Amino acid sequence: MAIDVLVNVLVKNGIITAFLFVGLVVWFSYWLSAKLTQGRLHGSAVAIALGLLLAYVGGYFTGGSKGIADIPIFTGVAILGGAMFRDFAIVATAFGAELETIKKAGFIGAVSIILGVIISFIVGALVAVAFGYKDAVSISTIGAGAATYIVGPVTGTALGAGSDVIALSVAAGLVKSVLVMIGTPLVAPLIGLNNPQSAMIFGGLMGTTSGVAGGLAATDPRLVPYGAMTATFYTGVGCLLAPSVLFLIVRTIVA
Amino acid sequence: MVVYGVALLSFCMLLGMYLGDLIGVVIGVKANVGGVGIAMLMLILLSNLSSHKFHLKPLTASGIGFWSAMYIPIVVAMAAKQNVIGAISSGWLAVIAGVSAVVISFALIPFLSRLGGESDPLPPEDN
Repeated sequence: MAIDVLVNVLVKNGIITAFLFVGLVVWFSYWLSAKLTQGRLHGSAVAIALGLLLAYVGGYFTGGSKGIADIPIFTGVAILGGAMFRDFAIVATAFGAELETIKKAGFIGAVSIILGVIISFIVGALVAVAFGYKDAVSISTIGAGAATYIVGPVTGTALGAGSDVIALSVAAGLVKSVLVMIGTPLVAPLIGLNNPQSAMIFGGLMGTTSGVAGGLAATDPRLVPYGAMTATFYTGVGCLLAPSVLFLIVRTIVA
Repeated sequence: MVVYGVALLSFCMLLGMYLGDLIGVVIGVKANVGGVGIAMLMLILLSNLSSHKFHLKPLTASGIGFWSAMYIPIVVAMAAKQNVIGAISSGWLAVIAGVSAVVISFALIPFLSRLGGESDPLPPEDN
């Protein structure tokens, strides 16, 4: 009975439970980071990796699509980690960012967004072709999915792609976002990701807001506003280019 | 008052989202175009103006600072609600497409950084 009452309280106060849950995960992660890696792997990187692991466990046991948030007592995690709070916190990180830096790197940042959409689209389209897809609609939808998991379904819906292909495009975008979260702190020293300008280029090339948000948080939180700034334009640019210009190019090549 | 900072932040975000949606409608795209980016620019402009007429009191600024500091915990929650199973179990096509896109994009960063001119790394973090 005591357990039932407790569960009831945790479920009823979902978002408060989420604050406690995330606090514990972060605390445990910083402890792990200090004890196991002497702080070499940043605590926030450990926390994000642990979050993804918990999402896997949640998905495994519930069969749902919202990670640990499909477990009733953790539904608040979906609200706290949803787009609304994520974007709110991202905007807040801009407070104190330097306007001069953004102006200086603005042009190369804009270039990186367009280049990022085109490169990811081409890579995704080539993989689709390699897997035997021959129609321009499917190839473009999967290419768009390699941009982000929003560009994929938006493009697929606009072009009238099959739901199986749309699902694949979402999965490709998910793989991208998860990999950017985990991989960024590991490759950051190799690719010179240690200043606001390269962070803006990074955000523009990767484009996945969740991936960029997580990846930069785990690398150096001071870079977050610069990367997030360009990343948030990426999905819009992707939704503009993929079902139009890029699709027409694919159709011309395929035909 | 702390709530002034939170309200200012909310105002920037809502206005940014509104403009982002409007741009989407105008160019015929079913997505928000840069709403968060526009909101960030507004907040940066406001906080850079503060030295002149528009001055944020420390308490007001702390209303924004709190949400900025909540950023990593929120990202951890975001990670914990991802469809990780969905990402891994949809077969090789999705995995290879996603991984290749990331690897090639990573590789392009040093190249574009050089095009953008030299930029000094941030000083080490003091914890």
